[in-house]
Amino acid sequence: MPGPVQSIERAAAILRLLAQGSGRLGLTEIANSLGLARGTAHGILRTLQLVGFVEQDEATGKYQLGAALLHLGTSYLDVNELRSRAINWADALAARSGEAVRIGTHLQGKVLVVHHVFRPDDSLQTLDVGMLLPMHATAIGKVLLAYDANAAATVQDAVQDGELEQFTRRTVRTHKELSRALATVREHGWASDADEAGMGEAGVAAPIRGYGGLVVGAMGISGATERICDSGGRPRPELVGYVRDAARAVSRDLGASRW
Amino acid sequence: MTQRYVMSIDQGTTSTRCILFDQRGRLVSVTQREHKQHFPRPGWVEHDAVEIWRNLERIGPEALAQAGIGPGEVAAVGIANQRETTVLWDRRTGVPVAPAVVWQDTRTDTLVDELSRRPDAHVVRERCGLPLATYFSAPTVRWLLDDTDGLRERAERGEVLFGTMESWLIWNLTGGPDGGVHVTDVTNASRTLLMNLRDLDWDPVLLGFFGIPRAMLPEIRPSSETYGTARRVLPGVRISAALGDQQAALFGQTCFHRGEAKCTYGTGAFLLLNTGTEPVASTHGLLTTVGYQIGDQPAVYALEGSIAITGALVQWFRDRLGIISTAPEIETLARTVDDNGGCYIVPAFSGLFAPHWRSEARGVIVGLTSYITKGHLARAVLEATGWQTREVVDAMNADAGIALTTLKVDGGMTSDNLLMQFIADVLDVPVVRPMVAETVSLGAAYAAGLAVGYWPDLEGLRRNWHRAAQWTPAMDPERREDEYDNWRRAVERALGWIKPTAG
Repeated sequence: MPGPVQSIERAAAILRLLAQGSGRLGLTEIANSLGLARGTAHGILRTLQLVGFVEQDEATGKYQLGAALLHLGTSYLDVNELRSRAINWADALAARSGEAVRIGTHLQGKVLVVHHVFRPDDSLQTLDVGMLLPMHATAIGKVLLAYDANAAATVQDAVQDGELEQFTRRTVRTHKELSRALATVREHGWASDADEAGMGEAGVAAPIRGYGGLVVGAMGISGATERICDSGGRPRPELVGYVRDAARAVSRDLGASRW
Repeated sequence: MTQRYVMSIDQGTTSTRCILFDQRGRLVSVTQREHKQHFPRPGWVEHDAVEIWRNLERIGPEALAQAGIGPGEVAAVGIANQRETTVLWDRRTGVPVAPAVVWQDTRTDTLVDELSRRPDAHVVRERCGLPLATYFSAPTVRWLLDDTDGLRERAERGEVLFGTMESWLIWNLTGGPDGGVHVTDVTNASRTLLMNLRDLDWDPVLLGFFGIPRAMLPEIRPSSETYGTARRVLPGVRISAALGDQQAALFGQTCFHRGEAKCTYGTGAFLLLNTGTEPVASTHGLLTTVGYQIGDQPAVYALEGSIAITGALVQWFRDRLGIISTAPEIETLARTVDDNGGCYIVPAFSGLFAPHWRSEARGVIVGLTSYITKGHLARAVLEATGWQTREVVDAMNADAGIALTTLKVDGGMTSDNLLMQFIADVLDVPVVRPMVAETVSLGAAYAAGLAVGYWPDLEGLRRNWHRAAQWTPAMDPERREDEYDNWRRAVERALGWIKPTAG
């Protein structure tokens, strides 16, 4: 087992220091208190600031604990904030793919639709925002299961009691099948469904990541199986490309630098 | 080489953006650069026109590079611009003679008071359709001519030129001091207080009223027509459209038929209704303005209703009260309750705009009880935008004599589903969001593409418009009337708050 990571130990010490006393300290005070070089302390503070754990007062330059620390237990990213940050990219994805776009987050073992863009053909469609979708039968749900440990645990519990709910004969049925499907999602970085939530319906989705790569939601297209998939039943590569590009663009906007 | 794209330049109040669109109206590349806001004295707001031009010199070629194309592949460029902001510059050197005076600047308030007291002040509204107010260009030009020694004489000799931002950019693009074309379009000219709304030309009576020499004014041209060819930044590209930003949004939303309206929700909101080829004089506090003019076709007019505070109320909730940490969280907070709990907020922070025009009104929160939570307040914040929209739509229906059947929306607040549903509920018409959110830029691109035959006709543009979302009214009519009545009673309580100063 590897030893402790020094920079994390130091970051923890800085947070403890800021949690004491007045809670507002300058760079020199922090560096001196912990016996760190100013450059080292500054680097750690900058990173803590980036993830929202530390805030710097604009006028005095002093550091204090950030609001994100206080909300550690609650939702990481407000769903309405997510929609507002993703809306232009979702529109562009609908325009490029010609399909409806949805963004989903995990809510108590289901996919909560937080944003929906109509298929750009001006046919009669109604907003799905607020609707709940099954996790194991939709591309968006599979992405959330593959990357969100809490979501996976909720559904795992349900599987223990027996089979997953069946919507068609192609819906993933067993715990084993689901694990295999999710391993593929993690390997490829995207998910799909074809005739699994309903016959003739298909979808492709990719993860939306925030700071540090944390998956905060999934974004995907959905439509008729014959449009989404090729004759072999696989999603068309250009559509997969559009979905991944759009999800990556949103992730970059949310601060996920490496994806 | 095939010309596969159209470029738009959106010269806005805080930044300048270049966007390339393809034939289906889809975004191909976007570049943007902010410029500085200068506040030299209380109430003064200035821009550096040279900085804005330099920004365009930079982001124009960047937009081409991002798409991997050369200027030869651009069929035309169209400009949408912040309206009324005034630039005066030296024809020979191309250097502005003063900082650009922004539409928000109130330095002319005393001058406007003096002018409105003149017995012939009624000619202004009769001839140009607008009330005398600080944010239109004519009082600003007059102020600048009075303020600088010798400027009036130079303007009379045609040595100093006036323009709003589109004129300034077109003049520079077409060569500046070396043969630059000095033009404006009907929509921008309609915001100067100097253009006759029916003749679509500078009105000698208005020029006399404001004391502004004709020689400094640009030629008024249609919104969609080739004005010249760029010699700089985008060499060889035809400059084929100019519209004020709100008119550009009307065009980008393809509101081409009489009775079609759009509302742009930002810090404030601007609702424009296409009233067809006849200007409609408002008796309900709206502005009569030119919507657009395509080539030699008759101009299309619009009624405009502006709401001072919509998104700004959410920002106030966030920045001043600190109840939320980001603007979209207003929806999350509002959804923690089912209704407003009897609470209403009238955000008359600097008076009320359309349709009331009451500068002495100030904001009120009414209906407070110990039952009210921050969730109810968040509801009241969003509902204020809904009811203010309803008041403007009622005024438009009354003035134009046509009932609105759908409202097309754009702007940042359209990502708020609760608000969009509420607007549909209180207007009792469907609210529709288009797929391209950048309606201002799209409108300028459409008008430019139309002028050069890149798009064949208005119907072709309509086919590019796609619905991204629609909210259908679902409020019980009795409840709607009850709530509207409560809102109107809340507005009454906001009126007359500032006491008239003695004398």
